[in-house]
Amino acid sequence: MTARYGLAQVARMEWIKLRSLRSTWWTLILTAAGTVGIGVAVGLNTPNSGGDITNNALAGVVPGLLLTGVLGVLTMTGEYSSGTIRATLATAPRRPLVLVAKAAVFGAVTLVVGEAAAFIAFFAVGATLRAGVTAPTLGQPGVLRAVAVTGAGFCLIGLLGLGLGAIVRHSAAAVGVLVAGVYVAAQFIGIMAHGVASYMPILIVANSLSTTMPVTCGTDAASCPDFLSAWAGLGVLSLYAVIALTLGGWLLARRDT
Amino acid sequence: MIDVRNLTRRYGPTVAVDALSFDVRPGVVTGFLGPNGSGKSTTMRLILGLDRPDAGQARIGGRRYRDLAWPLREVGALLEAKAFHPGRSARAHLAALAAGNAIPRARVDEVLDMVGLTGAAGRRAGKFSLGMGQRLGMAAALLGDPAVLMFDEPVNGLDPEGVRWIRNLLKSLAAQGRTVFVSSHLISEMALTAERLVVIGRGRLLADTTVAELSAGAESLEDAFFRLTSDEIEYRGAPS
Repeated sequence: MTARYGLAQVARMEWIKLRSLRSTWWTLILTAAGTVGIGVAVGLNTPNSGGDITNNALAGVVPGLLLTGVLGVLTMTGEYSSGTIRATLATAPRRPLVLVAKAAVFGAVTLVVGEAAAFIAFFAVGATLRAGVTAPTLGQPGVLRAVAVTGAGFCLIGLLGLGLGAIVRHSAAAVGVLVAGVYVAAQFIGIMAHGVASYMPILIVANSLSTTMPVTCGTDAASCPDFLSAWAGLGVLSLYAVIALTLGGWLLARRDT
Repeated sequence: MIDVRNLTRRYGPTVAVDALSFDVRPGVVTGFLGPNGSGKSTTMRLILGLDRPDAGQARIGGRRYRDLAWPLREVGALLEAKAFHPGRSARAHLAALAAGNAIPRARVDEVLDMVGLTGAAGRRAGKFSLGMGQRLGMAAALLGDPAVLMFDEPVNGLDPEGVRWIRNLLKSLAAQGRTVFVSSHLISEMALTAERLVVIGRGRLLADTTVAELSAGAESLEDAFFRLTSDEIEYRGAPS
């Protein structure tokens, strides 16, 4: 018996809370199913072996990420809407510790589910390609990296959602901020300002994480955003999650509940 | 033992809790009385560290709540009827809280049994009636077998049988030597349950006394209460 409650106890509490909601499991199953299903559909519509088939196989990740991000938001805002936050903070009054434990548990779960979804999608697409289209293998350059870092993208967008939930506290508003920030703004800025586009979360996932080769724009190089490398993209997404969680933790420690 | 010293909390221009000082002793039920909006709930949230005081402090056994080693084993609190996720079962809610303070899992079934929720423990708590919700909150407060218990309006919305159950539970907890602090705006209920009283109005201490002393010389405890708070009842926009 340790002298005081700590990360181990609070993480166990958060794990029980996360797994005891049916919505957690439905959302994760839908995330994985959507990722695999859309990947297979895009794979079936790939006419030849010319393009980045790994990227096509991972096309379902972007919609799947939305669900993970929303689940991250609700994992935090659900505490406020239900009043559970008071029971949580009465159990563990060191508030930053609560957010650290939540992030550790939620991050681990979404990492496992994200990796599973990415790898299942990759192999499912490989098995269902049209005759004559060659399936990529994990041994080819950049393929294993693309699948693995894409799986990690679920976890990072999920943690970004969790941080936004801690900052905004209201479910609808926080989901709005997530969708507006991650999806709508990305599309808009992608069109308006190419220089910034490469830093938009969704474009990082689509163009940096899930590709085996740098995105090229052919002859139209002038309007071509300079996309980040897979590792730089992973770093930028991590930075977003860390910023949201740090700000969320700082606010959680200062506000009344 | 709870000691509150010079506790002050403002919300904008409103002073919800105004330099409040009192002690709550073990072994008796201490009622916390005051009109609606007088700052009872805010005081309880300040004691639990859920709100931050602008001045003063509240301590439990000499320490601030946030410095407690195992909070639920030292203090149990019921602050509002439904402080649980509607999608989670009563058992899972309690199991999570127990895990957070390393309370043995068997204790969850014990407290479920104590509050009479064993049969409903696996159901989604969102389907619970107000009374069942209060029982679940009570189970959460008792989970860590704490020496200090705080209840905010525990009989609100309960049927007569539930009211009596809570009354007997509070008395038996105090008889076991625990510190029991219970807020209410129901004076008659406090007359039946409490031995000591802390009365506040507009966030200020009006009386720190016993039920017997306060009722002495008045027709009833209710009359004594109204005499005491007659200058203090005013409906304000303060959070309750």
